[in-house]
Amino acid sequence: MSSVERSPWLIHYDASSCNGCDIEVLACLTPVYDAERFGCILTGDPKQADILLVTGSVNHLNAPILKNIYEQMPEPRAVVAIGACAYSGGVFSECYNVSGGVANAIPVDVYVPGCAAKPESILNGVLRAAKVLKEKERAAKRRKGAKE
Amino acid sequence: MKGIEIYIAVAYVVLGPLVGGLMSGMDRIITARLQGRVGPPLLQPFYDLRKLFTRRIAPVNRLQVPLIASHLVFAVLTGILFFYGSDILLIIFVLTLASIFLVLAAYSTGSPYSTIGADRELLLMTAYEPMIIIALVGLFGVAKSFNFYEILRSPMPAYLYLPGIYVGLVFVLMMKLRKSPFDISTSHHAHQELVMGLTADMGGPVLGLVELAHWYETVYLFALVLLFFGSSWIAAVVGLAFTYLLIIVVDNITARMKWGFVVSLAWLVTLVAGAGNLIPFYIISRGTP
Repeated sequence: MSSVERSPWLIHYDASSCNGCDIEVLACLTPVYDAERFGCILTGDPKQADILLVTGSVNHLNAPILKNIYEQMPEPRAVVAIGACAYSGGVFSECYNVSGGVANAIPVDVYVPGCAAKPESILNGVLRAAKVLKEKERAAKRRKGAKE
Repeated sequence: MKGIEIYIAVAYVVLGPLVGGLMSGMDRIITARLQGRVGPPLLQPFYDLRKLFTRRIAPVNRLQVPLIASHLVFAVLTGILFFYGSDILLIIFVLTLASIFLVLAAYSTGSPYSTIGADRELLLMTAYEPMIIIALVGLFGVAKSFNFYEILRSPMPAYLYLPGIYVGLVFVLMMKLRKSPFDISTSHHAHQELVMGLTADMGGPVLGLVELAHWYETVYLFALVLLFFGSSWIAAVVGLAFTYLLIIVVDNITARMKWGFVVSLAWLVTLVAGAGNLIPFYIISRGTP
């Protein structure tokens, strides 16, 4: 098992919409669901996080903030878009101020379905993102090897 | 006995992180069980550290890495001097220097979060230093020596003569170990303050170095507690286990304090438990040879 798969540290950002998914993200970290048994820690600091959990839809105000958080994270990094809004804007997709899902601002690796997404499926998404991180790490190593 | 100190000091450099990491892993499991959950594997701190060293992130500025490296070097040096049997008073100065490097590294980034974290770390230092010095003076009173091994071999059980100083030392130890209610500068918990405060601008390998230094610190801080229980093996095991569990339980049942309250409470405890124990002890022990 690669090291990042054993300790994926998280940061969460609630873009907009109804906040339901964000509440479920926080529920993941409560004793009931115990994300720490997979080595997950909620850091709140992008420089220490490996996986960015985004809930809600993106608009013109929060897209730069989302990009800023994403760019501060160390490489390799993964993004999990949680819920219908983070996928397409959800029920808010027709609103005049909503520009759509998270993929409009930053590259997304894993989508977690639901409105709101269940804590179990969010945890599943995090573990899948950890696998994505492992693949990215391997790809980076291969690129480094090819250069040399 | 002379000669074995050097081996213990070398063992500390090699095995220190192992012991510190295992203590941290055990801490996380006990904390999880107290909260009614399974918790991470015992080796989780080692997985975390290994991962931190694989992250690719540019340091915030040119100063950060040398300052953090100095923090680690002086934290290790504190332990080496401690286990080599040097004068414990000298060790306190090196210990302070190690903390100052961490504070400087936090100031160097200019981030408001790490600046406030660094301010608070300085306040914590003013809060714990007097108590540590009182503890050493008290231990000198018992053993008539500032040498680690001579205090440890002293036939008088320090915990019987210095209960107040032991309480005060454990109190300030929780600040050094970054435990609630004193984790105001930075915290290991999910409910972190100030976006990680002191370590806000540290990521990847830099944070790995901070964590490594923290494990080294944990080992010599508990060795400091051991000095109170050096009279017998049973006292040493029971004393260390009791202190370790006490700190974890307090960490779990208390909320984070405001910085002003931390400093005034620490000084009150230093004055009442520390000086209140030290002064009567010296007056009584003057009569006995």
